[in-house]
Amino acid sequence: MAARLGVEVYLDLLSQPCRALHILLGCTSLPHTVRHVALRRGDHRTPEFSQLNPMQKVPVMVDNGFVLTESDAIMKYLVNKYDVPEHWYPRQPERRARVDEYTAWHHTHTRPHAAKVFILEVLLPAQTSSPVDEERLSRAVSQLDDTLEKLESMFLRRQPFLCGDDVTVADLLAVCELMQPEAGGRDVLQQSPQLQRWKSRVRAAVGDAFDQAHAVLYAVRDRRRAKL
Amino acid sequence: MAVELYLDLLSQPCRSVLIFAKKNNIPHEVKQVSLMDGEQHREDFGKVSLIRKVPALQDGDFCLAESPAILLYLARKFKTPDHWYPADLQQCARIDEYLSWQHCAIRLHGSKVFWLKLMIPEVLHVEVPKEKMDAAVEELNGSLKLLEEKFLQDRPFIAGDHISLADLVAIVEVMQPVAAGLDVFGGRPKLSAWRDRVQAAIGKELFDEVHQTVMGSQERVKVMDGSKLEFSKAKILKFFM
Repeated sequence: MAARLGVEVYLDLLSQPCRALHILLGCTSLPHTVRHVALRRGDHRTPEFSQLNPMQKVPVMVDNGFVLTESDAIMKYLVNKYDVPEHWYPRQPERRARVDEYTAWHHTHTRPHAAKVFILEVLLPAQTSSPVDEERLSRAVSQLDDTLEKLESMFLRRQPFLCGDDVTVADLLAVCELMQPEAGGRDVLQQSPQLQRWKSRVRAAVGDAFDQAHAVLYAVRDRRRAKL
Repeated sequence: MAVELYLDLLSQPCRSVLIFAKKNNIPHEVKQVSLMDGEQHREDFGKVSLIRKVPALQDGDFCLAESPAILLYLARKFKTPDHWYPADLQQCARIDEYLSWQHCAIRLHGSKVFWLKLMIPEVLHVEVPKEKMDAAVEELNGSLKLLEEKFLQDRPFIAGDHISLADLVAIVEVMQPVAAGLDVFGGRPKLSAWRDRVQAAIGKELFDEVHQTVMGSQERVKVMDGSKLEFSKAKILKFFM
């Protein structure tokens, strides 16, 4: 009988969706193997990785030969397949639909708008050794503020979590995106006490898995602070 | 009880929802929301969709936005044939993967070409620099290549032998740049063959009926009142240009 390979995940913890997946795996104690992919080194552009994922992106999951990309698809698959608490992606149709609604909206709002702040403030200047384009950054921050307002008024409202009473994969995806600008020392939730409280609830729900996933990001932030 | 579907058929995701509802005989009532007239900003629409986007669904007290969520909800609630979103975990994961990827790929690139090629020059009367147009078409070419090589490969449909929600969501997005006059299928036999299979599976009559509005875009812009879009002109230009 062939040995069971189990779930392998290809991750770079500087990537927001990779962290969301890492947190889910960590706090559900799902047996898995992490294969590190260093985007900075171009590991995602090697012929081997490109064969695994022609999109050259992380995360990628391999479950006994079944290859899957896209963090939300991966997390939903894992919750559906394995014995993890169902609140992560509830089975009840209306509750499940709420998570599907957020994960779709996430792609066109939370993800691009938070990433842009990080890219303009940290990544581009580091890659090009040029100063921050303050005007573009200011517009990006403003756009993110609009999105945060929508996150509060359209999703969170008076609920403890984005999609209801319990933490779901939607909260993981959102919180990891909103953590990214911290690499540049920026707390994007500073002016949003409601979202800060939500973030605390998410951290409490996932325990140590949060800081473990974010260790690399914290290291980048601390190194930058030391330089300034 | 019929679900209410708030739609504007110029919008790609509205078309996938309507095709799905009609094909599966899901009892529904269409409520038109004209994006060109800014009807998504109406107060009553805000009660259905806090997100103020179409498509939106109302099923009793339950309101939902975002087409992937709406399609999945309808499939589950009305127990549509398995092939649309199979119970098999790997097959439905393939569909989830496509539904996730397409937001920032085909959907984004196809929309951009529609606006840059047709709406911005013909309705907003703003000239689109050739480099921007060429770049947008290049991006779309890249997405179409991934659709063919990664999502279809040698399969008849994205998830395998039968049409699924992934193909439905894909085809309506691919039709958008076609409606703007871009020859998307020329020189792409694989994509054309897939399109023929998808149209046959949906039913050509239903497909054409739902696409009638958008396919008339090139004619409509000639007589369209450009002032309608003035209120969102700055936003449109900022997003696409």
